[in-house]
Amino acid sequence: MAITATKGQTGLTGNSAVAYAMKQINPDVCAAYPITPSTQIVEDFSGYVADGEVTTELITVESEHSAMSACIGAAAAGARVMTATSSQGLALMWEMLYIASGMRLPIVLANVNRALSSPINIHCDHSDSMGARDSGWVQLYSETVQEAYDNVFMAVRIAEHKDVLLPAMVCLDGFITSHAIENISLIEDQEVRQFIGSYNAKASLLDTDKAPTFGAMTLPDTYIEFKRQQSEAMTRAKGAAIEVMKDFGKRFGREYGLFETYRLEDAEAAIVVLNSAAGTTKVAVDALRKEGKKVGLLRPRLFRPFPWQEIAGALKGCKAITVLDRADSMNAFGGPVFSEVRSALYDLDPRPRVMNRIYGLGGRDYKVKDAVEVFNEALKAAETGRVETLVKYITL
Amino acid sequence: MEKQSKGAASELDCFFSRPVEKGGFQRQPRKRMMENYIEVRWHGRAQQGIVTAAKVLGEACLRSGKFVQAFPEFGPERMGAPVKAYNRISEEPIRLHCQVTNPRYVLIADPTLIGMILAGGMESSGGVTEGTPENAIFIVNTPKSPEEMRKELGLEGRKDVKVFTLDAAKISIETVGRMMPNTPMLGALAKATSFITLEGLVENFKENYSKKFSPKVIEGNVAAMGRGYEEVRG
Repeated sequence: MAITATKGQTGLTGNSAVAYAMKQINPDVCAAYPITPSTQIVEDFSGYVADGEVTTELITVESEHSAMSACIGAAAAGARVMTATSSQGLALMWEMLYIASGMRLPIVLANVNRALSSPINIHCDHSDSMGARDSGWVQLYSETVQEAYDNVFMAVRIAEHKDVLLPAMVCLDGFITSHAIENISLIEDQEVRQFIGSYNAKASLLDTDKAPTFGAMTLPDTYIEFKRQQSEAMTRAKGAAIEVMKDFGKRFGREYGLFETYRLEDAEAAIVVLNSAAGTTKVAVDALRKEGKKVGLLRPRLFRPFPWQEIAGALKGCKAITVLDRADSMNAFGGPVFSEVRSALYDLDPRPRVMNRIYGLGGRDYKVKDAVEVFNEALKAAETGRVETLVKYITL
Repeated sequence: MEKQSKGAASELDCFFSRPVEKGGFQRQPRKRMMENYIEVRWHGRAQQGIVTAAKVLGEACLRSGKFVQAFPEFGPERMGAPVKAYNRISEEPIRLHCQVTNPRYVLIADPTLIGMILAGGMESSGGVTEGTPENAIFIVNTPKSPEEMRKELGLEGRKDVKVFTLDAAKISIETVGRMMPNTPMLGALAKATSFITLEGLVENFKENYSKKFSPKVIEGNVAAMGRGYEEVRG
């Protein structure tokens, strides 16, 4: 189906929407190796390349390790570079992810969240991108098809921001978002171009007059300074993200922040959850609010850098908070989002009760009734001040 | 909004009441009970086109100003494997992102799936009647009568449940030239329900797929939808 950019609404899957965003961005280079459930992104995009709708150099490679390696080479040459992957694909890119961020190359990657083997499973959880949370990539998460599409443009701007220069990944839920057709408003090509602007790399390997060095050996006398600079760039990415999201909202009327809150202002109990499960949770919030129960939601959008002060500020009125993780860090003390949120709340006085529930691994459905159960347990903890079980699996 | 001239009548006109004309005749708006939120579940086997059917239904409803979701549930990826697809259609933006577990509308493209409780790790691959409400509507691809299918579906005691049947396989072979029960079933759905019209389906299909398919394929599918609409029983 031919997609036409329109101010009205059209229906696209998450994958087709991301591919269409890539077409509108028209990156210089895309190197990719398709993998379920992100396959359609690469498939659609290669169609745009074949039809001459983009001028992108599409490099088909033999593995994801090679895909990221080719992305790094192209980005070091000064190109605007994008790719897409999932699960084992992101895992195979592993060592190259750190090289991309260490070399400060603003590559944009769409990661369609899928569980990791073994046992093999093609469905959604966040184990893949959570495994890359310390790799120095900016991470944006998306609840809907619309948000995934919008995040791709914002990721380009944040990654290429002069104060940042770090790679960025946009995460969306495998199948739930990637394969679901939802209403979406597309931005016109010209507006996309105006928003993202052109990319002029600070240094290019192809600049023989001023040839830079990338990825040189550093000894103990310099390595830590590089890492400190990188870490500071990641800290600055928060400010850049705020600036970019504000500009996006001004231009296109869709307001985004570092995180989204839903009926949180006077909430006594709250759920913190990423991506599509937040939508289902909102339905539970509305149902419980009708019964007079004070519940709310916080959905982080920017997970790296983690806006811990802002999140603590938003949650400080809550008496009990349950963090839902669609990944386990296998440390027997909860999932990755839990560790971050609980740590962010440590300095609050009074300190809320904070629990962790691991849910939905490998695509296990998370229903409204699951959210209601979590809320009821949190409300009980809010009332008594006591937590019965700190960490446990749900949706079993 | 600019008022449409009377000459420019469209299919949509039947939804709007018109002023009483001289002589006292008033064209009545078509009486349709519009549901403001519905859920649909499609059962079939891989390659029978139910994922596409859910997509086409979603697009057609979207075109008429609705908020929609259309999504598949894949298990093992091989031809003939049981597949489910879902639709949510609403007047309001849809926030739910879980599976559809209590669909009012159930379309069964392959009657051999009836009575099967599938293993294989798909958590919600139970029977085709699972989770359906009291006023559920079933549409089955079969040459059998609605009464026979009601019995096979084990729905005899549920008097508010409606069962429709059509020989979608035969229709598709005669119109599209191959066994593709999805399109006649869409036509049947338009007849059995109120949230989508046959015209809406046909127009959306022509508009969205004319570039992708040859005129012959478009014609065949439009004919299949029309015959599904006409030949559904129940």
